[in-house]
Amino acid sequence: MVDDLYQEIILDHSKRPRNCHAMADANRKAEGYNPLCGDELKLYVRIENDIVKDVSWVGSGCAISTASASLMTESLKGKSREEALKLLEKFHELLTTDTPVTQELGKLVVFCGVRDYPARVKCATLAWHTLKSALTNSGEPVVSTE
Amino acid sequence: MTIPSVISAGFDVDKVREDFPVLKQRIHGKPLVYLDSAATAQKPFAVIDAIRKFHEVDCANIHRGVHELSQRSTAAYEETRIKAKRFLNARTKNELIFVRGTTEGINLVASSWGRKNVKPGDEIVISALEHHSNIVPWQMLCEEKGARLRVIPMNDRGELLLEEYEKLLGPRTRMVAVGHVSNALGTINPVHQIVEMAHRAGALALIDGAQSVPHLKIDVQALDADFYTFSGHKLYGPTGIGILYGKARLLNAMPPYQGGGDMIKTVTFEKTTYNDLPYKFEAGTPNIAGGIGLGAAFDYVTHIGLDKIAAYEHELLVYGTEALSRIPGLRILGTAREKAAVLSFVIDGIHPHDIGTVLDRQGIAVRTGHHCAQPVMDRLGVPATTRASLALYNTVAEIDALAAGLGKVKEIFS
Repeated sequence: MVDDLYQEIILDHSKRPRNCHAMADANRKAEGYNPLCGDELKLYVRIENDIVKDVSWVGSGCAISTASASLMTESLKGKSREEALKLLEKFHELLTTDTPVTQELGKLVVFCGVRDYPARVKCATLAWHTLKSALTNSGEPVVSTE
Repeated sequence: MTIPSVISAGFDVDKVREDFPVLKQRIHGKPLVYLDSAATAQKPFAVIDAIRKFHEVDCANIHRGVHELSQRSTAAYEETRIKAKRFLNARTKNELIFVRGTTEGINLVASSWGRKNVKPGDEIVISALEHHSNIVPWQMLCEEKGARLRVIPMNDRGELLLEEYEKLLGPRTRMVAVGHVSNALGTINPVHQIVEMAHRAGALALIDGAQSVPHLKIDVQALDADFYTFSGHKLYGPTGIGILYGKARLLNAMPPYQGGGDMIKTVTFEKTTYNDLPYKFEAGTPNIAGGIGLGAAFDYVTHIGLDKIAAYEHELLVYGTEALSRIPGLRILGTAREKAAVLSFVIDGIHPHDIGTVLDRQGIAVRTGHHCAQPVMDRLGVPATTRASLALYNTVAEIDALAAGLGKVKEIFS
């Protein structure tokens, strides 16, 4: 039922989002936008020696996208850029395939319920698409999940 | 609260519901509560059967075949045009053009009439309540022609400000294009007055009837609109078919919209002579099954009676407005004094998409998002709303289910 989607951790992070502030000394920034929902977020990343030292965000969105941004920022600190991008790949797999849930995702496994709600996948991935843009500087300052 | 006197209005909703097979199903184990008819209405057996009969018995291309099936198909398809004439009270059936839907109706006028008549410096007036389909075609036209798009503002209730509209009108105004009923808020606009004011300024008026035709009796002659367009699928008919009404004088003076078969009289490589109305605007094999299905939808709605439908839906709207207003933290957007069957709302601290998902798991179908009316959302300062839209098959019990469902939403998120 719907509780599989809105697990306790997701509700907690949607009500009390972590790392939800701008960052003055960020050296990577990107913006994400979901035109269908109107969800938007700005992501701030400080990378030193290829390690994510700090990451924060500001924005507005539904419970899923808010919790996803919050939990993403928690899980990234201390990771190398390569590890962060690998995590993104695993997270995307979790949402869009039937592959068994692996432990390497840590707390992020709470989003496994989203795979049963295809219309909500883009809510959960908005922060991560924005992260990819910030880390790879793909030349698209505003990413869209549409 | 008083329970609406639906029975005394002579409206038997249980009987109506028997006509709609889709309603008899469970979604996630709960009875379907379909509250998204402003997006598309469900189809009665009468429409489903008419389309089925066409494919099973009569199927052929129309207008030029001499064989029996083609004649039957042509007659059935053209019968819908006559029904549309009666439904809208047009002068002649030649004023009714088959289109894919409201969007195509507006695009046809913007493209055919607009390109011929709009010059640099001219102005097109739309309103703050418009659906994207009554914004973008005019924007494209203005961009191409160097014309200017002007917008009638609205107040916080979602009502257009006619005194501001008056100020927008002037010698440069060529067209006023306004929705009859707002899809996002349900506002019924004073279209008689809007059309009259446009005419006084020497402009034409197009009315987007997508949301009005299922709920209000339309008389295009009394309204004196130059164009009126709507989609079949919001009127319990199939998707992919709709009607554009235009005054014959205007349609005759307009160039064709698309070229192809059916819209011509003679073709040589040197010159093509275009067909007469309405066929001039109907290039290619049309949506024949859709047209026949739309005819059945006209009959269905006419048989029940738009007056009865409107009265019943109004009672539902009043009941729903009261029921939702009792929910703490819920705010209804769109509180126009004249309003059709739409309940658009926001709840403090809960995103519409989360509301939509939780309701869906209780079998309740609502729409969440900007409803293809982003300027309306911007004006009201919200990114999105949840919208419950009502139709003739909805019940008081379904509104109670919505209210209970919203209770569950609040339980989860607060």
